[in-house]
Amino acid sequence: MIDLSLLPDGGMGWLDASGPKGSIVLSTRIRLARNLEGYVFGQRAKDADRTAVLTRVEEASGASDLLQGAVTIRLDQLERVDRQLLHERHLVSKELAGLDREARPRPGAALVVQGTVGVMVNEEDHLRLHGMRSGFALEDAYADLEGLDADLGRLLPFAFHPEFGYLTSCPTNAGTGLRASVLIHLPGLVLTKEVGKVLQGLAQVGLTFRGLYGEGSEVVGNFFQLSNQTTLGKSEDELLDHLGKIVRQVIEYEEQARDVLLRNRPLPTRWPTRLGGHTDC
Amino acid sequence: MMCDNCKERDAVINLTQVEHDTKVTLHLCEQCAQQKGVETGAAVLKTPLGGFLQGMIGKGGNVLPTPADGLRCAACGSTLKDFRESGRLGCSQCYDSFAPHLRDLLRRLHGSSQHVGERYAPPGAEGATDPRLQLLELKEQLRRAVENENFELAAELRDRIRVLE
Repeated sequence: MIDLSLLPDGGMGWLDASGPKGSIVLSTRIRLARNLEGYVFGQRAKDADRTAVLTRVEEASGASDLLQGAVTIRLDQLERVDRQLLHERHLVSKELAGLDREARPRPGAALVVQGTVGVMVNEEDHLRLHGMRSGFALEDAYADLEGLDADLGRLLPFAFHPEFGYLTSCPTNAGTGLRASVLIHLPGLVLTKEVGKVLQGLAQVGLTFRGLYGEGSEVVGNFFQLSNQTTLGKSEDELLDHLGKIVRQVIEYEEQARDVLLRNRPLPTRWPTRLGGHTDC
Repeated sequence: MMCDNCKERDAVINLTQVEHDTKVTLHLCEQCAQQKGVETGAAVLKTPLGGFLQGMIGKGGNVLPTPADGLRCAACGSTLKDFRESGRLGCSQCYDSFAPHLRDLLRRLHGSSQHVGERYAPPGAEGATDPRLQLLELKEQLRRAVENENFELAAELRDRIRVLE
């Protein structure tokens, strides 16, 4: 059984709605995809390759100033219920936790976690560095992560190409390797049936949305993860600025929608839980 | 409903053809449909990128032309066909091995193939005297020396590591 006291805030700090715009934005998460030069990528990696990558990351974590005191959790040595718990707390992806039907976590699958930052090891890419903050806090989340990226980049040979940037297993992540996601609660836009227009607009400005648990997950409880779709051809700051501008607009729309609902009719006794479905309060 | 062609398997495709004002509807299983050259969708990959690649090819695009499928990465042995099927590259060298094809794909995916973000300086490019880096490098050399059963070198490396630690 996993010892939750080892995790900062039990891994739930991002969920306390204490951050900026906490009434609408639940959390901000940024991840950077990195691979090690000289090691085959996840898709072709054999067990020995994954173990070698984990060993190198563990050594680097031990030497990293920013990961002193970090906790390393081996997903491949945990029971399913513990892996599920880490996934529900947004600390590991479904893929790393091996939660797909008959799947098992692959050898060497691990999570290194320290404060607001963490590193998934042997996911689709060798390293997925992530930073999570409560509320709408793109700058703070990136500041946490930038330091960790620089520190680990000095200790490990990241795969980098002068033209294509940071090299990733899937070309959709190449370049900066940066995916910033804002988990936003939009019941006002769902109730006023305006959310469709907002979501359609996102695609036109190079953003995308996902469900509560990221890629491939369903939209539940009116929670949407808004994130950048492209990772190459723009700098990290440009990607974050663009997402930030659009999220600020969506926050405004949501505030307007909530005002309209409060002005025009009493509070509903039934709230939509997903697009098209309802549940009693 | 059974397949009209083989009469053995369940039909999963309804093929309607109109020839000279006559409408003919055939109910086919997946195998028979493929034999008749009907796109069944089975070959279309489930990954978003795989779907994108297939979509480009289906529209007559020239992103990853079939004759180049045999192109192989010398470092990891992945072929362009492997990439086309899985949507994943085998190693960092694949980016150089398949550069012309990837450049085109990256432009379509991201609008550009030129990285403009942070530049990365690998370990050793700066601060080669950092003892932390020296220690990690020595440990890596030690691991390889042991793997290659070069115990004389391993002993020497072990002693150097002890001094640094």
